[in-house]
Amino acid sequence: MSTGILEFLTIFVLAAFVGIELINAVPSILHTPLMSGSNAIHGIILVGTILIMGGAHGTAQITLAFFAVLLATLNIVGGFVVTDRMLEMFKAKPAERPAKKPDASGDETDGGST
Amino acid sequence: MTLNTWIDLVYLLAAVGFILALKGLGSPKHARNGNLLGAAAAALAVAFTFAYPVVRAHTLNLVLTLVAMVIGAAVAVPAARKVKMTAMPQMVAIFNGVGGGAAALVSIVVFVIEAPGKPAVYRIAEVLFGVLVGCVSFSGSAIAFAKLQELMTGRPITYPAQQVINAVIAVAIVGLAVGTLITGSVALLVATALLSLVLGVIFVLPIGGADVPVLISLLNSFTGLAVAASGFTLNNNLLIIAGTLVGASGILLTRMMSKAMGRSLTNVLFSAFGSVVTATGGADGAGETRTVKTGTAEDIGVLLAYARKVVIIPGYGLAVAQAQHTARELADLLMERGVDVFYAIHPVAGRMPGHMNVLLAEANVPYDELKEMDEANPEMATADVALVVGANDTVNPAAKNTPGSPIFGMPIINADEAEHIVFLKRSMRPGFAGIDNDLLFDDKTTLLFGDAKDSLAKLVAAVKDA
Repeated sequence: MSTGILEFLTIFVLAAFVGIELINAVPSILHTPLMSGSNAIHGIILVGTILIMGGAHGTAQITLAFFAVLLATLNIVGGFVVTDRMLEMFKAKPAERPAKKPDASGDETDGGST
Repeated sequence: MTLNTWIDLVYLLAAVGFILALKGLGSPKHARNGNLLGAAAAALAVAFTFAYPVVRAHTLNLVLTLVAMVIGAAVAVPAARKVKMTAMPQMVAIFNGVGGGAAALVSIVVFVIEAPGKPAVYRIAEVLFGVLVGCVSFSGSAIAFAKLQELMTGRPITYPAQQVINAVIAVAIVGLAVGTLITGSVALLVATALLSLVLGVIFVLPIGGADVPVLISLLNSFTGLAVAASGFTLNNNLLIIAGTLVGASGILLTRMMSKAMGRSLTNVLFSAFGSVVTATGGADGAGETRTVKTGTAEDIGVLLAYARKVVIIPGYGLAVAQAQHTARELADLLMERGVDVFYAIHPVAGRMPGHMNVLLAEANVPYDELKEMDEANPEMATADVALVVGANDTVNPAAKNTPGSPIFGMPIINADEAEHIVFLKRSMRPGFAGIDNDLLFDDKTTLLFGDAKDSLAKLVAAVKDA
């Protein structure tokens, strides 16, 4: 076994512990954004797909790599945008309390964007 | 320092960014900034990846990379911006699935480039792991999407000897993978990939609609692991760290979710939840002979207007009807009359844990009016009215009283303890879990049929007149 893999294995194990520790204290209201946010983070596979495309030769490899880049971009871009949209809503903090308006017709009220 | 060292340093920075992003996502205050930080870290890492000479070695490849990225972004941004809040779980499923697919493709291309003719080396094992897990995540997410989007039935799909067949396929995949490892044959690798896609499908088929969010979380974790495997293959620290962070946290999140439903993960994945119920009949509510009490909006409006304490229990029906704004309107109106109102949120209300909080936050419902189940339950006995809006399974007393019930043991909101219970429902159809709810037939219960938004609007009018 080369020292290379041992190094990567070390990183892997430590990252696993960090991942577990990070999640431990999350309130359940943030579970959905958290799932979505971590989904965006694994979109970093885009880096891998770009590297693969660089070394690809011939139609078959290039085609596969092309789709890999495409799918990874969907993952990373869509993931972060969708998470941001979810979290945008948490921003309207109760401070000014936009409720209490009897005429609150609802739908378009976006609550004082601060 | 060499160029590679600089790039590695940037990757380290990005990895720290991801860790801080996940940390930020854990608190309501920092969540949005956390996500933006994650996006910035990702952008930085992607930008510096282009500094590798190999990426720029062939102009054609470079152009194709950029074209694919432009197309991907052009599709993803509008899709993510336009998706309705209720359809969020499906969207997460798609984005997760394509990530798994990308990871699988990376591993396949590496194999095609490096492996043929070579004996088994540890790299090939990583590659095979990436292909297997990535493919399962890809096809599993596709089926999860179809279930949530109601392109196919949300009920568990079972067939005779399901477990045996699935096990045989899993063993076959392992066999093929070992074969691929020994021979380095591309044909065997393709067979492994195809069979892994099949495994993803059959793994998800027996999982009922209500459990799909837990499944998406698990598949999210799988994709993370596939990405980590790609990191091993490509000797890329960033992919290992990011993938492992998601893989590890995803498994924990999955466990937290199944715990919120009072079940173990194995039970969620392998028990074909709900199929038992179909066997006992009544799942479609057709043979029901007991009578329910329906009320008019006016009656219920008076009941609410003169109550001291009203608890609103929202469920998926509220989400589908986009009724969160109308619900807030009703709550505000009642509060103006001096009624004590709060929302009781079951951890799995909606279709994902925390889903309901997102929807109510969209309607600007203040945090302090939202109570988690554990906080709400002690107050249920003193509530005059429990107003159940489009929820069903999360208030079903069978979870407490009927040991044979598939949801037995799931924590519920004790709506049955309130003095009056009002259900706003579209029909007598059972909830996601596909089981009857005795609470609907209780003497204390009044039903108002109709779309949640319409019903709430009628109640608003009725309360104004009361």
